[in-house]
Amino acid sequence: MQLATLLIGLVSATALWSGVQALNAQARISYDRAAATFGGARTAMLVGRDDTSFPQALFVDLRRAGWPVSPVLEGRIQIGGRSFRLLGIEPVTLPGEVGNAPTVGRSGLQSFVTPPGEMLVAPEVLADLNLQEGARPSTSSGTLLPPLRVQPQLAPGVLVVDIGIAQQLMNMPDQVSRLLIGKAKGPRAALEAVAGDRLRLVEPDAESDLERLTDSFHLNLTAFGLLSFVVGLFIVNSAIGLAFEQRRPMLRTLRACGVSARMLNAVLVIELVALALIAGIIGLVCGYVIAASLLPDVAASLRGLYGAQIPGQLTLRGEWWIAGLAISVLGALAAAAASLTKAARLPVLVAAQPQAWQQAQQRWLMVQSAVALAVFASAGFLLLYGDSLVSGFAVLAALLLAAALLLPAILERVLSLGQRSARRPLAVWFWADSRQQLSGLSLALMALLLALAVNVGVGTMVESFSRTFVGWLDGRLAADVYVNAKDDAQATAIKAWLRGRAEVDAILPGGRADAQFRGAPIEILGLPDHTTYSEHWPLLESSANPWVRLRPGDATLISEQLSRRLKLGIGDRIEVPTPGGNWPLEIVGVYADYGNPKGQIAVNYAALTRRFPGIPATRFGLQVAPPKIPALLSALREKFDLGDRSLADQATMKAESKRIFNRTFAVTAALNTFTLGVAGIALLTSLLTLSNSRLPQLAPLWAIGITRRRLAAIELTKTLSVALITALLALPLGLAVAWCLIAVVNVKAFGWRLPFHVFPQQLLELLGVAMAASLLAALLPVLKLARMQPASLIKIFADER
Amino acid sequence: MVYWAIPARALKEASNPLGIATGNPIVLSVRNLTKTYRSAGEQVAVLRGVNLDIAAGERVALTGESGSGKSTLLHLIAGLDAADGGEIKLADADVAGLSDAGRAELRRDRLGLVFQQFNLIPSLSVQDNLAFQSRIAGRHDAAWHAELVDRLGLGALLKRYPEQLSGGQQQRVAIGRALATKPLLLLADEPTGNLDEATADDVLALTRDLVTRTGCGFLMVTHSERLAATLDRRIHLHAGLIA
Repeated sequence: MQLATLLIGLVSATALWSGVQALNAQARISYDRAAATFGGARTAMLVGRDDTSFPQALFVDLRRAGWPVSPVLEGRIQIGGRSFRLLGIEPVTLPGEVGNAPTVGRSGLQSFVTPPGEMLVAPEVLADLNLQEGARPSTSSGTLLPPLRVQPQLAPGVLVVDIGIAQQLMNMPDQVSRLLIGKAKGPRAALEAVAGDRLRLVEPDAESDLERLTDSFHLNLTAFGLLSFVVGLFIVNSAIGLAFEQRRPMLRTLRACGVSARMLNAVLVIELVALALIAGIIGLVCGYVIAASLLPDVAASLRGLYGAQIPGQLTLRGEWWIAGLAISVLGALAAAAASLTKAARLPVLVAAQPQAWQQAQQRWLMVQSAVALAVFASAGFLLLYGDSLVSGFAVLAALLLAAALLLPAILERVLSLGQRSARRPLAVWFWADSRQQLSGLSLALMALLLALAVNVGVGTMVESFSRTFVGWLDGRLAADVYVNAKDDAQATAIKAWLRGRAEVDAILPGGRADAQFRGAPIEILGLPDHTTYSEHWPLLESSANPWVRLRPGDATLISEQLSRRLKLGIGDRIEVPTPGGNWPLEIVGVYADYGNPKGQIAVNYAALTRRFPGIPATRFGLQVAPPKIPALLSALREKFDLGDRSLADQATMKAESKRIFNRTFAVTAALNTFTLGVAGIALLTSLLTLSNSRLPQLAPLWAIGITRRRLAAIELTKTLSVALITALLALPLGLAVAWCLIAVVNVKAFGWRLPFHVFPQQLLELLGVAMAASLLAALLPVLKLARMQPASLIKIFADER
Repeated sequence: MVYWAIPARALKEASNPLGIATGNPIVLSVRNLTKTYRSAGEQVAVLRGVNLDIAAGERVALTGESGSGKSTLLHLIAGLDAADGGEIKLADADVAGLSDAGRAELRRDRLGLVFQQFNLIPSLSVQDNLAFQSRIAGRHDAAWHAELVDRLGLGALLKRYPEQLSGGQQQRVAIGRALATKPLLLLADEPTGNLDEATADDVLALTRDLVTRTGCGFLMVTHSERLAATLDRRIHLHAGLIA
């Protein structure tokens, strides 16, 4: 029994921890791949002082002055209505240490630089565009692109061409976005002496933008993995503790026979390490299965939340296996530390003294409570003065740790009050015995508290997000039909055709441009001057008449995350770089932009097209009376051969958005369930192990006339009572966790703050789930007791035991 | 069946086939009791037709070598285990014919049990341990309880927990708990087995006095000839039969 419990605990701990690590490692491989694409954040570079492009002549000047620089031009183009990141590189000067660039550039240098050139893409792009290698797609504006060539090292969503081709495609002749800096081979002139103040040096960063952005997600996964690992170790601790108690007479005999404490401990450690290695291997296999099954959801979450592309195939390295086995062994040793210490100091002649132990435990509870209060205080301090994502998670961790540490003391106080108020003898025994049993159950109950609180917290956060998201979508998806033409020519034709249709009340043009703003990319959204937007578009705060103020083109709305990140508010003025120079804008409103990893501003559509004349005009919305939508969609499909990606009504868009939203949180829900499941197992194993050691306490009661069935019912009530108290304590703790996630962690991680709601029905459901899990966990030992043969109970009284 | 509501007259008129000299009514009657265990794949007959009567107020020692079936007989009488054949009557209650719940009720209300390992409830204080059985049986008598505390010398120990007591003190609490309900029969399985000689004498003397005071029957399993000799009667169990 103890062996099975020990293995279950170690397997659970290792499986979830390793599974999460496998997912994180997989994501990191993808980020590395993205970062290695021609000088991401991991390459030193020179950029324009105000992040705009600069003349290519500066590149020539710097090369002549001894700077090992290589030019890159970056922008976006649309193919078949889909937007891609276009990188123009100069393969001859590309520094050797820039990711995998040299192999890309030099392997087919001739064909890459001579017309029609080549466009390097990741295999995923070919699949996305449904094209073969060598095909020549056109942009949405009708320009023919170079033949596609697959480069497996490239990140998905990136197109790489020679810089000359990129300059033509983006209509930016002799312009450069940045200069990558290679290793200096000789002396070079000072930057200012060559470029004046037009360029600035950006030092390489060990962490890519994507890694920084997704930190919170991976921290979240790691936190779940760690929580499950700790809960698993609780099981191990309880199993080893009981095994030690059961072996105590044997250990005492061995000590009495002259075996040294050191020898005894060495044998116990060897046994434990061997078991931990076996459990570690099983755990790793389970971890791989968990990671493989969660990977599609994790990939969806990362794509939905951050735009990160993670392939759906799990690749694991040798380090993962070694780390998994190491964590299993170290975890087992940590969980066994107390028992091993006891074995080392085992007094040969002292018998077990539960009451004295309980009194010692009470002194320990005082210390534990004092530590809990100190941890609570540190959570408060971090909440007041912390200003980072890590401090947000630290507040959460401190809150959970403090509550877990305080739980046994609270339970002890409640049970002690119950004992004092009890009058009937069985009730007195019920409370007194529950108190004595508490020490054996407290770790499992702490696990239950943590799992439930995290469930309540994450559940409340996701539900708050879900409700807010649905309300926000209703306002944000203001048009009735959305069209995404494959190029400008088709868009013009569709619009002309639509003008002749009586059921179309309005055509709402839309456009998007990309720009660099204060060192980070932003999207500039063009919104038409139409009542559809002024009446429905949800604004979090605004000045008077914001939509009227947008019309002249000198005002903007700003997304919440950009507003928080750059500490910008209503009335602030910003300057956005455009091809024709900086664009001064006054902020007149802040809007929610959930799920967008990029900062965004929204301006008048006409003003956007004036500032960015080259942006595709392929996307637009339509105002149509709802009953006439299906007929219009059919007609559009038939007339212009538009697929589902190019044409959608509002209901479909909403359904798709909600589907993506739900998938984004599917991994959280799965981890929530896993954690609660492991907590249930912890409770079950604790109860099973306790049930064996409790026979000497229960047998006298049976002997003096309490039936086995009644004893079983009392045992069940005892377990459910402490589980209920724990679950009730978990509810406010979970709400505090939810508040922390919503008001601290989300704001730091994503840049938006959701309204905090409490969902009583959800809380009741979780309470029900917790009680059902406790009932399931308690049922087996209780049934065992109810059906126990008298012979087993009589053994307790037998003299010749 | 409410077996303790037997009128005293009925008890006095109960049969006495073994001719016990006390003249008191029979509280325990065992007839042709058999019990077989399965051990290492073989049937072992532990009791092979035991007959035994104990009268109210009578103190009987049950001796026999290890494995002779002494504890088994005690467990069967207490309803802790079920016999294979034969009859056990406590007053006129047929123990063997009672259900599990009925046997539990019988132990709770009419039997006192004392074991070698004391088997007190570790989470309850001495005071709560002493009153536990009498209170769940609804037969708590405060005056009797106080007398027991006084006679057993437990007055200063009431707030303590079992593990804080010596073996002799724990056994006195166990005896007090067993007698607090004023049972018909006190069954003790090697009650002094874990005690030194002086303490054993002291505990047994107290038990004898209290049994006399309550007038219940007393059956004590013991290995000690010396202690057996201090009781009214001694029966010896050999190879599953009363010798």
